Amino acid sequence: MSALSLRNIGKTYGGRRALVDVSAELASGQVSAIVGPNGAGKSTLLGILSTLVAPTTGELRWGSETLHRGSAARAAIGYVGHDPGVYGDLSAAQNLILFAELYGLLGPGERAAAMLARVGLHDVPVEAAVRTFSRGMQQRLALARALLHAPAILLFDEPGSALDPAGAAWLGRELAAERAAGRTVVLVTHDLDAAGAVADHLVVLRRGRVAFDESRAAGFDAPAVRAIYEERTRG
Amino acid sequence: MAEAPAPPAGGTLPAAGERQQPARYPSFLAQVLRIVIKDLRIEWRSREIVYTMAFLAVVVVLIFSFAFVVGDARPPPAVTAGILWIAVIVSGTVGLGRTFDREREGEAIRSLLLSPAPRAAIYLGKLAATVVLMLAVELVLVTLCGFLFTSAIAAQAGRIAVLLGLGTIGFAAAGCVFSAALLRSRSRDVLLSTLLYPIIVPIVIAGARGTSQVLDLVAPDFDGAAFWMQFLATLDAIFLTVGLWAFEPVAAGE
Repeated sequence: MSALSLRNIGKTYGGRRALVDVSAELASGQVSAIVGPNGAGKSTLLGILSTLVAPTTGELRWGSETLHRGSAARAAIGYVGHDPGVYGDLSAAQNLILFAELYGLLGPGERAAAMLARVGLHDVPVEAAVRTFSRGMQQRLALARALLHAPAILLFDEPGSALDPAGAAWLGRELAAERAAGRTVVLVTHDLDAAGAVADHLVVLRRGRVAFDESRAAGFDAPAVRAIYEERTRG
Repeated sequence: MAEAPAPPAGGTLPAAGERQQPARYPSFLAQVLRIVIKDLRIEWRSREIVYTMAFLAVVVVLIFSFAFVVGDARPPPAVTAGILWIAVIVSGTVGLGRTFDREREGEAIRSLLLSPAPRAAIYLGKLAATVVLMLAVELVLVTLCGFLFTSAIAAQAGRIAVLLGLGTIGFAAAGCVFSAALLRSRSRDVLLSTLLYPIIVPIVIAGARGTSQVLDLVAPDFDGAAFWMQFLATLDAIFLTVGLWAFEPVAAGE
């Protein structure tokens, strides 16, 4: 089973240490939730996991390969942020076709249409610019774009922010589906309830260090996540 | 627009977990072309940048024309060349800023940087699209200057096109790096011109001097203009090399 391995990761900005000696195993077929208060280093860690930020020390490994900005294995990464990561002036299909072409996928048009159908955007007007979409529709498109190349690693950065309850429930089902499909799913969030609903691996960061790291086959629930969070981030 | 309905229960194709591997990654040139086509398609849909650049360039030329065109008197070649290049640089700066704003909005740049497209391909794609947009505006600009200032522009269209083309490539090569560097800066509009203009002074000097020598109806100096063309080509090579080297860390925000 491939795992995303963080080995003694450290990141320093100027003189400020954002991450200190962070090690964790994020397994495939698991949803790993990374939580922590503001300034704990969650965004920096997600940047390193996505290879967009280079660690100052340590290394990130995917199976036997080291993941970095220049490695071919980084094509195995899909990223869903709180911004959609697409061009607002293009249509949904144009965006997906562009990225399908950049990833060298066969049949970009068909692939884009299939992904739009999967996230429920197949009925939107063909020429409608993404900037006219609601927040929820943009988030669906963000997921379609992230899944376009069938990545083995899926990173989510506060994906449920600004989603209505129905949208959040849909996202939860998608996360569960991707976990069941064997992907390595990493969720960085402030929303402890969302983390509790889907996570079977919880990492709590505090002041740039790992304060808690545990997997549970039965998963976590919201009260358990809250209790752990309160205990490990106190003081 | 209304919220889209949730996907049907049970999911639709492609299924979660389906592996979609590329036959092979597109060539470097194909990646560059995709970025160029993307930028031009966005501009075709909005026409925002070209219209803004053209409007600004025309206004600059008209303002100068009120000062220098009095009765039948026309400004000397050096002044015409200066006006032309000032309009190019001012309108080009606006275009540069906006084209990178489109990458920032919705964090599209993140998806682009995560894609297998090499950073150099992204840089050259943005550069080529900027050059195309600037050249389109320069066509309007040169026509207007020819109408208002001197008939020599039509007679020397080829040489002026070479000078403007070379100058535009150098300007865009430097400008794309600074625009990418300022992508997440709040004061990027102010900082772009503040940082970029000192760097591109040699381009403006070479372009204006070469254009002035070509536009001189009495004693055109084509050898002198050829020197400035070579000088601009050298600057282009330098700016492109530095740009390719600098874009990688700059785009990553490090």
